[in-house]
Amino acid sequence: MQKTRLSLCSRTILLCIAPMFLCAYAGAAELRIGLSGEVTSLDPHYLAAQPNLTVARHVFESLTDVDPQTRLIPGLAESWRVLDATTWEFTLRRDVKFHDGSLLTAEDVAFSLQRPLSIKGSPGGFASYVRAIATTTVVDKRTLRVKTKYPYGALPEELNSILIVSKKAALKAGPEDFDSGRAMIGTGPYKFVRYQRGDRLQLARHDGWWGSRPAWDQVTLRVVTSDPSRTAALLAGDLDVIEHVPSADIKNLNKNNKLKVMQTTSWRTILLHLDQYRAQPPGVTDHNGKALAKNPFMDLRVRLAISKAIHRSAIADRVMEGLAVPAANIVSPGVFGYNAELKAEPYDPEGAKRLLAEAGYPGGFNVTLAGPNNRYINDEQVLQTVAQLLTRVGIVTRVEAAPMSAYIGRARKGDTSFSLLGWGSFAADLALRSLVATPNAEKGYGTWNWGHYANPKVDALMEKAFASVDRTRREALAREANTLAMNDLAFIPLHHQIVSWAMRADLNYTPRTDEFTFAHHFVPR
Amino acid sequence: MMQATDAALSPAREFTSGFSRDRIALAAFAVLCVLLLAAIAAPLVTPQNPYDLAQLDILDSKLPPGAHSATGFTYWLGTDGQGRDMLSAILYGLRISLGVGVLSTIAALGLGLVVGLVAARAGGWLDALIMRIVDLQLSFPSILVALILLALTGQGVDKIIIALIVVQWAYYARTVRGTALVELRREYVDAAICAGYSGTRILFRHVLPNVLPPLIVVATVQVAHAIALEATLSFLGLGMPITSPSLGLLIANGYVHLLSGKYWISFFPGIALLVTIVAINLVGDRMRDVLNPRLK
Amino acid sequence: MLMFVLRRLGQSAVALFVMSLLVFAGVYAIGNPVDILINPQADQAEIAQTIARLGLDQPLWTQYWLFLQAALGGDLGNSYASSVPAITLILERMPATLELALTATLIAIALGIPLGLLAGLKPHSWVGRSIMAGSILGFSLPTFWVGLMLIMVFSVQLGWLPTTGRGTTVDLFGVPVSFLTWDGLRHLILPATNLALFQLSLLIRLTRAGTREALQQDYVRYARAKGVTEANVMRVHVLRNILIPVVTVAGLELGSLIAFAVVTETIFAWPGMGKLLIDSINVLDRPVIVAYLLVIVCLFIIINLLVDLLYTALDPRVRLKGAR
Repeated sequence: MQKTRLSLCSRTILLCIAPMFLCAYAGAAELRIGLSGEVTSLDPHYLAAQPNLTVARHVFESLTDVDPQTRLIPGLAESWRVLDATTWEFTLRRDVKFHDGSLLTAEDVAFSLQRPLSIKGSPGGFASYVRAIATTTVVDKRTLRVKTKYPYGALPEELNSILIVSKKAALKAGPEDFDSGRAMIGTGPYKFVRYQRGDRLQLARHDGWWGSRPAWDQVTLRVVTSDPSRTAALLAGDLDVIEHVPSADIKNLNKNNKLKVMQTTSWRTILLHLDQYRAQPPGVTDHNGKALAKNPFMDLRVRLAISKAIHRSAIADRVMEGLAVPAANIVSPGVFGYNAELKAEPYDPEGAKRLLAEAGYPGGFNVTLAGPNNRYINDEQVLQTVAQLLTRVGIVTRVEAAPMSAYIGRARKGDTSFSLLGWGSFAADLALRSLVATPNAEKGYGTWNWGHYANPKVDALMEKAFASVDRTRREALAREANTLAMNDLAFIPLHHQIVSWAMRADLNYTPRTDEFTFAHHFVPR
Repeated sequence: MMQATDAALSPAREFTSGFSRDRIALAAFAVLCVLLLAAIAAPLVTPQNPYDLAQLDILDSKLPPGAHSATGFTYWLGTDGQGRDMLSAILYGLRISLGVGVLSTIAALGLGLVVGLVAARAGGWLDALIMRIVDLQLSFPSILVALILLALTGQGVDKIIIALIVVQWAYYARTVRGTALVELRREYVDAAICAGYSGTRILFRHVLPNVLPPLIVVATVQVAHAIALEATLSFLGLGMPITSPSLGLLIANGYVHLLSGKYWISFFPGIALLVTIVAINLVGDRMRDVLNPRLK
Repeated sequence: MLMFVLRRLGQSAVALFVMSLLVFAGVYAIGNPVDILINPQADQAEIAQTIARLGLDQPLWTQYWLFLQAALGGDLGNSYASSVPAITLILERMPATLELALTATLIAIALGIPLGLLAGLKPHSWVGRSIMAGSILGFSLPTFWVGLMLIMVFSVQLGWLPTTGRGTTVDLFGVPVSFLTWDGLRHLILPATNLALFQLSLLIRLTRAGTREALQQDYVRYARAKGVTEANVMRVHVLRNILIPVVTVAGLELGSLIAFAVVTETIFAWPGMGKLLIDSINVLDRPVIVAYLLVIVCLFIIINLLVDLLYTALDPRVRLKGAR
């Protein structure tokens, strides 16, 4: 009895090990990537979280795509045109094949644009991207007409976020069918092989892909959330590529001649929201803890003083160890609506003190600065440095850092009055709508405008931008609105993060502003 | 049971002489005294108040040991990511870590001791109730306790101490009850009952001294564990406020620099923590040996 | 005996109920998962709809009542983050954690008791002293720090063992385990060692203390006087005497190892329950947190029951009557 069980065991072991050797001897090109966040679901329409999308975008594609600088490019739609202010016509690429061999048709696209609305249990689905759509009409196999509820210039950007699934495979599929692989039928460069939740995802090349052939037959995406462990796994050769390299390790990895680091400005802007709606914001007092007569943040001079007191280049240099670009814009350099003429406020503590005195606070006042400690690059350290710098000009700052889970609810409720937030966007008008537009539940404006900044001029410009289906005109308007809001310091911009990848020295990657890690964009040198 | 080696010695004198016979323990005790003194006197002896943000300069951040600031000030142990003088930060951090570790352990030990003894003595439904609460508490992850406390009450030393007490008391309660149950069956308890002593008196005068020695082993370990636990909570972002770091938080903050060669940010606080804990344990071990009536 | 077990199980049911209530209220107090998980592009109406759809707009007691009704029917709810039944997620991850915790306990016992005995028998020799000094390191260094050091030394510098992750698994009676493959074993060594350190140190110290005490006891002196061999003295008298605290602690610690492998699992990217817990806590995935804790409470109840039963086996003086 004992003996049989043993031999059974050893046979199982052999069976398990054998394929590993076979792989190794076949000389298949494999790429092993270390992801920084947990992949929770493979359903591309379930939860809009970066790690989930990273995986999904290997298997699925969208109608419109963005290039590494977040500029809109054709995806599954080879072209689109505007028929009238509310009607768009998309023409699909010819001969695009799903992983099961079937052809992509406009039916699949229409189905995929509907599907996000049918997913009910999700705490953060994709319905927001299709809310402007009134109807979709299949004209023929390759043509789809989308009618919007109102003139909406940002439709192509929004459609970038909706991945196209196979109608046949996903018709009655729930998220569990994607996790098991049954519904994982896309048009993308990689096919689903195996998913071990919390650990890894294995992919194989889709040879019928319409794009240029990826270099890797096999791709393993491994989840290693602990930053130093991810670096260590790369150093030890267990991984070929890691994303989100910890700032502390960049210098060393750069010195290592077996490895290299590639980076670019991320679309994520780190900013500080200031309470601009309450007479007595919580945590803002005089130096003796008594309430101030009025809300100092409502005074532009005070906001400017705060901006001048912050030594952005020191933060970028010291705290972020080079992983930041001082910011003066709502969006990162190169993003739609960016204004290159806005320059980051130079460090000027004396000027800050003068402005504070002018505004009637010669000795400064006390504030509490709140923020997360596990969300953005070195977030807690940034908070601390801002506090240090503000304290030096008389604005005595207490730091309240907490995990995102405990922080964000408080910030949204208005329990904080001086709060750190990071924001990534494809376009300035989209960012303005969330961060700066006067909060308005009916129009869906200002959802993340924690400070309740209100400026009718910015709102009007932004609305005009959205209503422009002409991209050049829309960008000009968005840029103008951005400039107006930033000159009025609707919030205090701190920096744009820099996103980095570290990899084997014989690999190359075009770093992406949208922070995505795509196996098919890695090429051997 | 108590066989005094020399009847003329008072218990205190006997303890001192017993303790001082071990030279290593004596040295550890001296080190501990110096550390305690340094921790208590930190505000008087440190060149910088590391908790006052106005005294820090971001331009002096991550300087190696021995570097000078723009104002000619020497950072003997280097600076951390905010430009904190590591020497000052370590002394202040020691203060918090020792305070947090010792206070939370004493409080948790006291609470656990009473609860455990009562459970063992009472038996019946009270024992069952207490032990189920203990089971519950033991299975409640410390992270969740800390996160809930953080969400409800905010950050601070007092909150950390409360979190650590909540996390630890049940552990002692269970250990004490186990030992006490054994002790309660021993002959001397029967003898005491025959002698007509009250239940409380028996519990605290007779059983307690016999339960205590194994507990001190656990407790000296546990002070160290409490300090390490505080470090872990800090590592997870649930510990001390970032602007007033404990030793644990200093280590956790410097941890990201371990691979990059800026060893001092995490290494020196680590050494300080290690020395402190080794000293506490050597003293604790010796104390146990001397106090233990059965080891004479 | 049977009554004892039954009564204990009854009490445990009450404990489970209390636990679910506590956790439910606790997570509610921290915040709303929709605040974290919501698509940043969602407008106010969509946020409100999402919250309503998940029932999070209801008062706490209504939410709890709904949960309780479903739970009694065996449904602990679906994870918010992954839409999979919470209990499935946990059971899927459990083998990895159990494997890690049991291996750690094994390491701790296999090394801890002999080293502790040695240190107890020769307390003043350099061997005894260095064992004790070494044991101090085990519980004073924070787990995350030691974990990274282990990776740095054994994986990055020496290249002997893999840095992170779980190796190849094979199904053993339907449960995927990794200790039966060479690759799996290699992946297991570092995290299990990291997890074992605290318990190892504790066991060394407990064993040493117990040994020293036992050696002074009259029964050991009598045994020696009677001419019982030293090996027998060790086995019959000393070991037996120290086993009670050791069993208690090992048992209790096994529970904590399983429950709090969080840090080790995070550092080593080990796909276990602890990693799941911290990921779930980070996004306030309440169904998973509640289900996880219920599972852990059950585990603790079982372990404690076994420990109490073992007591009686090891020490007839403790009668179950007293240990209700």
